Amino acid sequence: MNAESKRSFDVAVIGGGPAGMGAATVAAECGLSVVLLDDNPGLGGQIWRGESGSSKHTQASHWFDRVGRSSVEWILEARVFQVGKGHLSAESPDTVHQIAYSHLILATGARERFLPFPGWTLPNVLGAGALHSLIKSGLPVEGKRIVIAGTGPLLLAVAAYAREKGAQVACIAEQTTGAKFACFGLSVLLVPEELEEVWQLAWQLQAVPHWKNCWPVAALGKERLEAVRLSHHGRIREIASDYLACGFHLVPSLELAQFIGCAIQDGYVAVDENQQTCIPGVYCAGEPTGIGGFELALVEGQIAGFAAANRKDLARKLWRRRDAGLRHVRALRRAFELRDELRNMPQEDTLVCRCEDVPFGLLRAHQSWQSAKLHSRCGMGPCQGRVCGAAAEFLFGWSNSSVRPPLFPVRCSSLAEMPVETIPEIHEGGSK
Amino acid sequence: MSFRPDIVIVGAGIVGAACGFELAREKFSVAVVDAAGIGMQTTAAGMGHLLVLDDSEEQFALTRYSLSLWNALAKHLPPAVEYSRCGTLWVAGDEDEMAEVVRKHTYYGERGIQTEILDAHALREAEPALRRPLAGGLRVPGDAVLYPPCAAAYLLQRAAELGAKIFLGKAVNSIRNGITRLADGTVFHSKFIINAAGQFAPKLTPGIHIRPRKGHLVITDRYPGTITHQLMELGYLKSAHSISADSVAFNLQPRKTGQLLIGSARQYEVADGNVDFAILSRMLKRAMEYVPSLGSLSAIRVWTGFRPATPDQLPFIGPWPDDPSIFLAAGHEGLGITTSLATGRLAVDFLLRRASAIPVEPYLPSRQIEGVTHA
Ligand SMILES: Cc1cc2nc3c(=O)[nH]c(=O)nc-3n(C[C@H](O)[C@H](O)[C@H](O)COP(=O)(O)OP(=O)(O)OC[C@H]3O[C@@H](n4cnc5c(N)ncnc54)[C@H](O)[C@@H]3O)c2cc1C
Ligand SMILES: Cc1cc2nc3c(=O)[nH]c(=O)nc-3n(C[C@H](O)[C@H](O)[C@H](O)COP(=O)(O)OP(=O)(O)OC[C@H]3O[C@@H](n4cnc5c(N)ncnc54)[C@H](O)[C@@H]3O)c2cc1C
Repeated sequence: MNAESKRSFDVAVIGGGPAGMGAATVAAECGLSVVLLDDNPGLGGQIWRGESGSSKHTQASHWFDRVGRSSVEWILEARVFQVGKGHLSAESPDTVHQIAYSHLILATGARERFLPFPGWTLPNVLGAGALHSLIKSGLPVEGKRIVIAGTGPLLLAVAAYAREKGAQVACIAEQTTGAKFACFGLSVLLVPEELEEVWQLAWQLQAVPHWKNCWPVAALGKERLEAVRLSHHGRIREIASDYLACGFHLVPSLELAQFIGCAIQDGYVAVDENQQTCIPGVYCAGEPTGIGGFELALVEGQIAGFAAANRKDLARKLWRRRDAGLRHVRALRRAFELRDELRNMPQEDTLVCRCEDVPFGLLRAHQSWQSAKLHSRCGMGPCQGRVCGAAAEFLFGWSNSSVRPPLFPVRCSSLAEMPVETIPEIHEGGSK
Repeated sequence: MSFRPDIVIVGAGIVGAACGFELAREKFSVAVVDAAGIGMQTTAAGMGHLLVLDDSEEQFALTRYSLSLWNALAKHLPPAVEYSRCGTLWVAGDEDEMAEVVRKHTYYGERGIQTEILDAHALREAEPALRRPLAGGLRVPGDAVLYPPCAAAYLLQRAAELGAKIFLGKAVNSIRNGITRLADGTVFHSKFIINAAGQFAPKLTPGIHIRPRKGHLVITDRYPGTITHQLMELGYLKSAHSISADSVAFNLQPRKTGQLLIGSARQYEVADGNVDFAILSRMLKRAMEYVPSLGSLSAIRVWTGFRPATPDQLPFIGPWPDDPSIFLAAGHEGLGITTSLATGRLAVDFLLRRASAIPVEPYLPSRQIEGVTHA
């Protein structure tokens, strides 16, 4: 039923974003055999997805070029659904890849956080990142009115891109305060590599209203979105709009790291100065160790790649750049901390879990994520709680540290063909 | 605490919930205490198949009685309980198993349960997803399926409406002579204490023979209409009976959501709850032998659970000879969802000193002691 392929590599890198590309490339350049797995049809991760060597982004074309010239073997559309000691399994549309490795580098990136508010499930209400990719893959937005809401620098990037493609960005609604945002702006100006980009953004967005202390109260419309109701400095505003792009910063994708028992600290994978996790031979780079943008992801990836190749001397040379990036992580965290009022956005009947249609009111009665999940089916659908889990964590303070197999939905036949040696070391925190 | 219940129930799994429901209906004042929440242990892990089973005369009596109680309650169950009277279809692979179909049909019929024999053609009509060829099958139309955690929550909600008090997140340290001591220092004095702690019952009542028997389940994404009955292989009997060896059997359940729940596996002497990929693989391959299209369906989650198993595969329902204030309601192994309501009834009958609808002797905990002395 499933074709199977069994291979062995010195290094397996999971995730083909900037962190994974950096890690895989330098490890291969040091002479190791490297496999790079990503579940998308192309390399590049969140930021460079769909680009290639011809990218106008100089960093992107540099790395696409370099990974292409290296001996890295990449496998696309392959989702890693099971990881054990020295062994992992990934599923492609018609194959199961069984891969043995000596070193493992986790570069699984981050995803956007969605928070529920009335109307957020209406057609044309999208994630900010999702709108970005849709426009990239050809959605015509010329002349369309777009409201961009949520928090974080991503909103600015998406706004600039939408404008470039002819959209009319009605406003950017940023939940954080003006003061916090200004602090963040200053901290960015201290990072010379970011300066040019920041100026460019500021230039592109000079005509767009950028409201602070502002967040969505409701998305309005019958069949699809017609208008957005915002709370702005305590006043309610209604803005006609064709699209609402929302994103409340990013949440790191930690499932894989949690699954194999990597220690988590303050919501991120704990690593040493060479990006090694608490498990010897397992490294982590990019967003799972702190949301800090692609520059930091690239540097961390290279450190992990050098460390895996036992070139600590080369890794060490990058520490300073990484540590500067980590200051940026902390600045981001402070600046875009979610305010308490956002917990009041959902109403009793606002859906929190879209897979299983679970409203806010049903969840509130529970004491824990486990109890809510069991009795309301929240998080039991095909997204395995990736969307509603992050929302519930913010809304109710519930955490979910127990990750069960498979890491992603897979064909039953792929599970049935798992080699028996891949029994993972699961460290479950829960009672079971 | 000034609250003085008549009865304290330890455990808010399906069995404790059923006891709470039946007792509250008879106007007992009841406290239900659980270390976790409602139905978060074995009840959360189970399949929720309500079925009549004939491993033994005693098991048949208990399951038949309990199923009649579930089916009478069915019209009151809220949608979240996902009750569906889909029936069971026992699948016969060959002529030997077909002979078993005929025996089962006669046995059930003699005891008032209507079943229907399907030949190979009728089986194909009933469940086109099954592989061909197969010899036939037996349809038990009265069997049903539900979602156990919500069933437990419903029973306790009804109990609470009738005055029962529910204490969640409170562990019980000891039960003895009518005194229940909680880890937080709370003490309850009551006439009776029901030990409905499932696999953990021996911790509170040392000496009862309950061993955890591990199971694995897989849930798929939604594929409504793939199958319409709970499907079980007749070979199930052979594997479920083996007391020591690990075993797997084809057991496939259509959920109301359109999802499919794939079972089943049985393992003794495994203490950790980790997924065992060797047995998982055997279980899935067995299921794919019967329903080949299963292989291409998307599996969302795998989990494990522990059935509270007794040596003779019957639960302990009755007073504990060493301490007359303690009533045991534990050890329901792989049938506790089915037999929970009957367990609650037997508990009420005992407390009211009234006759039960079925003979209670086979389930009395004293049989364990007699078994030992006779041995
Ligand atoms: C729309 C958008 C715009 C952005 N704009 C900017 C910007 O202007 N400036 C900036 O600095 N940052 C920006 N970012 C953030 C930037 O994308 C990240 O900082 C950067 O991509 C992080 O790189 P990474 O390698 O850690 O993770 P990612 O780029 O997220 O890559 C992780 C990859 O791993 C894959 N993966 C995860 N789990 C598995 C698995 N189990 N099996 C197989 N594959 C898996 C993912 O699909 C993904 O392709 C933007 C992000 C988005 C979404
Ligand atoms: C894989 C699998 C499939 C199954 N399929 C079916 C099926 O299809 N049909 C069927 O009828 N049955 C099935 N079963 C069996 C059924 O799930 C169990 O028999 C039933 O859930 C047992 O319920 P219980 O209330 O006795 O135990 P539990 O649900 O385990 O409840 C015991 C409760 O006691 C609490 N507790 C324990 N110790 C203490 C303490 N010291 N203080 C306070 N609280 C305590 C626990 O927190 C727990 O909530 C299956 C079981 C498994 C594992």
